[in-house]
Amino acid sequence: MAMSTSQPPLATLAPASPPSLASLRSRRSPLSSPAHQLATLNQLDLDHTLSRGAFRAALAAAGYPTLQPAQPEVLQINLGKLCNMTCRHCHVDAGPDRTDEVMERVTAEKCLELLARLPAHTVDLTGGAPELNPQFRHLVEESRRMGKHVLDRSNLTVLLLPRHEDLAEWLAQHGVEVVASIPHPSRRLTDAQRGAGTWERSIVALRRLNAVGYGQGDPERRLTLVANPSGAFLPGNQLAMEREWKATLERECGVQFDRLITLANMPIARYLEWLESSGNLQRYVELLVNSFNPATVPGLMCRTIISVSWDGRIFDCDFNQMLELEVRRDDGAPMTVFNFDLETWRRRTIRTDRHCFGCTAGCGSSCGGALAE
Amino acid sequence: MSDYYRREHLTHFASVAEGHPELARKFFDYYASVFADGTLSAREKALVALAVAHAVQCPYCIDAYSQECLKQGADLPQMTEALHVAVAIRGGASLVHGMQMLEHVHTLSIG
Repeated sequence: MAMSTSQPPLATLAPASPPSLASLRSRRSPLSSPAHQLATLNQLDLDHTLSRGAFRAALAAAGYPTLQPAQPEVLQINLGKLCNMTCRHCHVDAGPDRTDEVMERVTAEKCLELLARLPAHTVDLTGGAPELNPQFRHLVEESRRMGKHVLDRSNLTVLLLPRHEDLAEWLAQHGVEVVASIPHPSRRLTDAQRGAGTWERSIVALRRLNAVGYGQGDPERRLTLVANPSGAFLPGNQLAMEREWKATLERECGVQFDRLITLANMPIARYLEWLESSGNLQRYVELLVNSFNPATVPGLMCRTIISVSWDGRIFDCDFNQMLELEVRRDDGAPMTVFNFDLETWRRRTIRTDRHCFGCTAGCGSSCGGALAE
Repeated sequence: MSDYYRREHLTHFASVAEGHPELARKFFDYYASVFADGTLSAREKALVALAVAHAVQCPYCIDAYSQECLKQGADLPQMTEALHVAVAIRGGASLVHGMQMLEHVHTLSIG
C-alpha cells in the first residue's frame, strides 16, 4: 500500500539534468570505484527504517539466515562495458570509451565449455552492448547448437549501427530472444534517461524486429521489453503496464512486442550518481528498505544465475559484478570460468549488501522482471 | 510546521494501530481494497487520490500519491490535470454558494 512507505519528492530523470555524456570512469568520478559506491550506501543513516537498513537483518527477519543458491538455470555472460550509449541510470557505467574491458575469444570459449557441463537452460548475453563484442555471434551460434535458449539484452539502438545492419535478421534466424530496454513509451522520458534521439531510434529498431517476425507470439522470435522507472520511484504493476504499453505502442507507433518485464533501478554506478546529485539518495534507499518484500526472496536471480564478467570471473549477479563482489573458492581465490567448480558454487553463501534491497523492494526485481504480486 | 509534519510518519504509519489494532486493521484492509485494480485502474485511482490529497491539503498524501502516480506510469501533465480537477471543484464549490448569497441579497433588498 502506497501510504505505508516513505516517499521521495517529485523527481524524475528530467531534461533539467541532461544525460551525462561520459562514463564515471572517464570523468574520474570517485563513484567509479566500487568500494566508494558501497561506502556511499553504507554511510546513509537508516536507523529509522524498518530493518535499520541491514539487508541480512531483513533476510533473517523473513526467515532466511543466509542467502543460498538453488539450481543454476541461467549462465549470464557480460561481454564487456563497451556500449554505443551512455544512459543516465546505467549500473555498469558502460559507454563508448570503455574499449579495453571486453571479453576475449579464449574467455568466450571457456564460457562455452562451462555451459556444456551445466544444467542451465538459458544463456543471457549482456554488457555494455553485447552485440558490439566480436565474440557475440560465436557465443550465440554455439549456445544454440547446444540447445540453449539465448537472450540478447539489447539497447535497441545498436541494431541501427551501419555495421550491424543485418543483426535483426541474424537474431531472428538464430531464434534469439531480444530483451530490449526502453523506460517509457514517452519520447521525453526515454530521451531524458537514455540520451536525445533514443526514443526515435528505439522505435525504428523495434519496427525492424517486427519486420523479421519478432513480437508476434512466435516463441522463436520473442521480443521482451524491459521497463525501468524514469526517476526515484519503484516500477508499477508489470501486467498492467504490459497491457497499456501494448496498446500505446501499437496505436502510436504500430509496434508489437510479446511481453514486458519491470526492473527497479539499482542504486549503484551512474544511477547512484544521479540519486546523489538530485538529492534523492537518502529517500530512494529508504524507499527500497521500507519496501522489503519477503515474498521476493525465493525467486531472487542470484540464487539461479551464474554471472560471468568480461575477464571470466564468476559473480552472484550482474550488480555484484559491478561492485567487484566476487564469488570465491575455498582457498580464497576468485572463482572464474577457468577454475569453475559447481559444488563450491552450490555450497557458497551469496554476498549481500545494501544494494540488494533494490531486488527485494515491492514486487521485486530481477533479470526476469517482477518476483511477486 | 516541521514539528507537526515529519516524513517518517508516513514510513511508520502502521504504528497508528497502537491505540486500537482492530479499527486500524479494518481501516487498512478497507484501504487496500479501495486501491486494488477494479473497474478503475490503479493509475486512475492514484490520480483521483492525488487530486483529493490536494483538496484536503494533506502533505503526507501529496508525497505518497505523487510517487504512486509516477510509479503507475502517469506523467506530470496528467497529474497536473488531476490537480486542476480538485482546484476547479474547490473553486466551484465556493462559487456555487454565491447562489445562497444571491438569494439573501434578493430577499433582503427592496426591488
